Amino acid sequence: MNNIIEVTGVSKSYGGVKANSNVSLSVEKGGITGLIGPNGSGKTTMFNSIVGYHPIDEGSIKYDGQEISKMQVPQIARLGMLRTFQQTRIYGAMNCVENMLISLPHRKMNLWDALKRNTREDHERAGHLLEFVGLYEKRYLRSGSLSFGQQKLLEFAMALMNEPTVLLLDEPTAGINPTLINGLIDRLRRANTEFGITLFIIEHNMRVIMNMADKIYCLAHGEMLAEGKPEDIQDDQRVIDAYLGAH
Amino acid sequence: MDEILFNISLLIDYPIVNLKIIIDGVMIGALFALAAYGLALVWGVMNVKNLAQGDFVIAGGYVALMLSKAGINPLFGVPLAFVVMWGIGWVIYKVIITRVIERDLFTSLLATFGLAIMMAQLMNLMFGSDAQSVNLGYDTLRFADGIIDVPIAKLIGVGMAAVLAIAVVLFMKRSRMGQAIRATAQDARAARVLGIDTEKVYAFTFGLNAAICGAAGAIIVMIWVIQPFYGIGYSVRAFVIVTAAGLGNLPGVIAAGLGFGAAEQYGAHIFGDGYKQAIAVILLLLVLFFRLLQQRRNRQVLK
Amino acid sequence: MNKKFILYAVLLAFSVAAPFLFPNYQTQLATLWLMIIVALTWDMTGGQMGYNSLGNIFFYGTGMYVCAVITIGLYYDVGEWTNASRTEIFTFSDRQYFTGMVLGILGAGLFCAASAYFIGMLTFGLRGPYFAIGTLGVAIAAGEIVSNIEWLGGGQGVSMPIYNGDFDTFKTLIYFEYAILGVGLFVFLNWLYKTRFGAAINAIRDDEEKAEAMGIHTLRYKLVTWAMSAFFVGAAGAISAFQLIHFEPLETAYQTINLGIFMVVCVLLGGKGTLWGPVIGAIMFQVFKETTWNYFLGWQWVALGALIVIVVVFFQDGLMGWLRLKRPEWFGVKVEQKTSEAGA
Repeated sequence: MNNIIEVTGVSKSYGGVKANSNVSLSVEKGGITGLIGPNGSGKTTMFNSIVGYHPIDEGSIKYDGQEISKMQVPQIARLGMLRTFQQTRIYGAMNCVENMLISLPHRKMNLWDALKRNTREDHERAGHLLEFVGLYEKRYLRSGSLSFGQQKLLEFAMALMNEPTVLLLDEPTAGINPTLINGLIDRLRRANTEFGITLFIIEHNMRVIMNMADKIYCLAHGEMLAEGKPEDIQDDQRVIDAYLGAH
Repeated sequence: MDEILFNISLLIDYPIVNLKIIIDGVMIGALFALAAYGLALVWGVMNVKNLAQGDFVIAGGYVALMLSKAGINPLFGVPLAFVVMWGIGWVIYKVIITRVIERDLFTSLLATFGLAIMMAQLMNLMFGSDAQSVNLGYDTLRFADGIIDVPIAKLIGVGMAAVLAIAVVLFMKRSRMGQAIRATAQDARAARVLGIDTEKVYAFTFGLNAAICGAAGAIIVMIWVIQPFYGIGYSVRAFVIVTAAGLGNLPGVIAAGLGFGAAEQYGAHIFGDGYKQAIAVILLLLVLFFRLLQQRRNRQVLK
Repeated sequence: MNKKFILYAVLLAFSVAAPFLFPNYQTQLATLWLMIIVALTWDMTGGQMGYNSLGNIFFYGTGMYVCAVITIGLYYDVGEWTNASRTEIFTFSDRQYFTGMVLGILGAGLFCAASAYFIGMLTFGLRGPYFAIGTLGVAIAAGEIVSNIEWLGGGQGVSMPIYNGDFDTFKTLIYFEYAILGVGLFVFLNWLYKTRFGAAINAIRDDEEKAEAMGIHTLRYKLVTWAMSAFFVGAAGAISAFQLIHFEPLETAYQTINLGIFMVVCVLLGGKGTLWGPVIGAIMFQVFKETTWNYFLGWQWVALGALIVIVVVFFQDGLMGWLRLKRPEWFGVKVEQKTSEAGA
């Protein structure tokens, strides 16, 4: 099996509330994997466990065969796993190009490389990726003055600039103008095919995720409810019940 | 080095010395706990980390000192210092603190640091740089062949500290203002929505903090000595205790205060009195790093 | 570009000529350079990286002591020197003096850089106010501990060797040592802030969690920045040791409330996070201090405390921050007018 992320039997509770109990999933290298579930089903908790924002109670999380459930956030990030935030996080006081240049893959640099100035290629790549997400015209604007949707696109471009192996996206289409969603789906797919980035996506919008993912996991009440191909998930009665609140 | 080993062997050979150190430590720790509780209060309610905490203590001490110089029993200095420091605290709040509450934490830290310098220097100009104290003229109780000596003045002081602590706790639990303070500490915005005048609560809290510190200082001047520049030491101690105990946890603050007093006395016994200040600071660093390791296990940092 | 070059050339020429133009103010001018150095180094972590240290004075004091130990230890036994300096007189030949000086200054800088790296491994887990208090703790503890070490002269402090030549030459020498260190620091920072490293430490300041999530080596960069800054503070401390001839631990070396807080005030006055802010702030502060100090009739320190409070409360963005607000175009902030396009 060629799984880049392997989660086995992970449980996590906050106080008395079980946010995740005995969850197992795996993300195949080079593919697009989706994670869905109703509000409060523990999707973001799962993400945070993987990237190391809190300790897990039990279970194991492996990245490329390496156990990461005890590692700290910066160490995990440097393995090449990048996450975007549900609430976008960009450097609001800087302009878009500066945001892009900060996103250069520092994990691949030693101190000596870091003590150099950005090269012409870096600038070109930043411009190219900003064009890719459609922000080229606004590249010298303070990024804090962009609209929420544009900031999300900028964060996505920054993620691509970072050349991650795996990209974890927390609701990439939330808050984005519906007319632009198709464009975003297209770009996500191209990020997967052209740049070879493995995607692991939390998404509320069923249409989006059904269109993109090779494999979908569905959480409900912190437990794994169903997994399978989009077609299977779409017809799964348990998933439909969970979303309609029939539990 | 030999001296240190000798001091340690003394502790082992004569267990009674331990008891003496612990009694001394607990007594001074009770007063540290008061200052620390004040800090926990302003820290928790308005998120201001007050570095002038120790200077409030010393200022309270000088109030009691002036009173005794005027020929009045210094025990009355404790309530007087409480009232006077309340007033000073209120003025400081209105002039400085109210302008830094909403700002980032470093602003309040630095502003109160400037305030601490200003207060220490003012007291230096007004009272001179000598270490001073008030002699109550009471007897000293002696136990265990005179190894343990407890001046009655110290007992009175600790008793007054306890009374003050209990009064404050009751006030926070029972009174409407106490409830408002606790509500503001939990969520200032919600409190404002519910009609609590948070500005008033803040001013009150800061005044109360200064008053508690002032009373503690008035007790300290009767049993130890004060000096204009001792303030920073008390501020550091208050920070150690609050960092170790956490906010809004009075039993924790008292326990940490007493423990800290004992630890400091042990340190002073082993390494010599010259290291007292250094020991307080090193304890701060130890507490910070212990909390850091704790947070690391939670994959978090100390913010 | 050319205009900038001329400006720098004029400033540099003025710096070289200043001690000869104003020979009576050489000491004040030297102190001005010291203030510029400590302000610029404080800004490296405080302004550019968002880590407000209250304990950078630790490196100043440590630099003094390390320099003294190296300079004296090269030719004499340090314990004997600090012990006997009151009864017996040791002499340094010119050659010994200058060898000791160069090695002492360099050694102090390197030692402080190394100690910043190691202390940073512990303190950089602390954020915000905890970092400020933790570093303040380090500085206070160091002063107290050093003043209890007899080998380092205890509370009495240490006397440095004395220059054999005349006093005016000595003052000029000290001035130029500070000036060279200061200019070197400025040129260094001018380069550093334009590198990827400079951008990365700004990223740490603006949102450290995001920087971590993007795989930036946050801890490494923080340690390196602090070490670089400590190198210059340590070297400046070493020069101060020679300048003052005698220093003692609490009032001069680990002077937490004088220089330790002045550097922060200078940076705030001039403007955090800019290259010129700390320089301008240091000049403003030093001029204010030198011109008004004598009129306060013993109330200087109270006034200083008040100044800190006023600057922090009312003028925290400093001169550069105020200018940036009024004249954003001077700082290269571009505002494209093409906002009519359909946004997302």
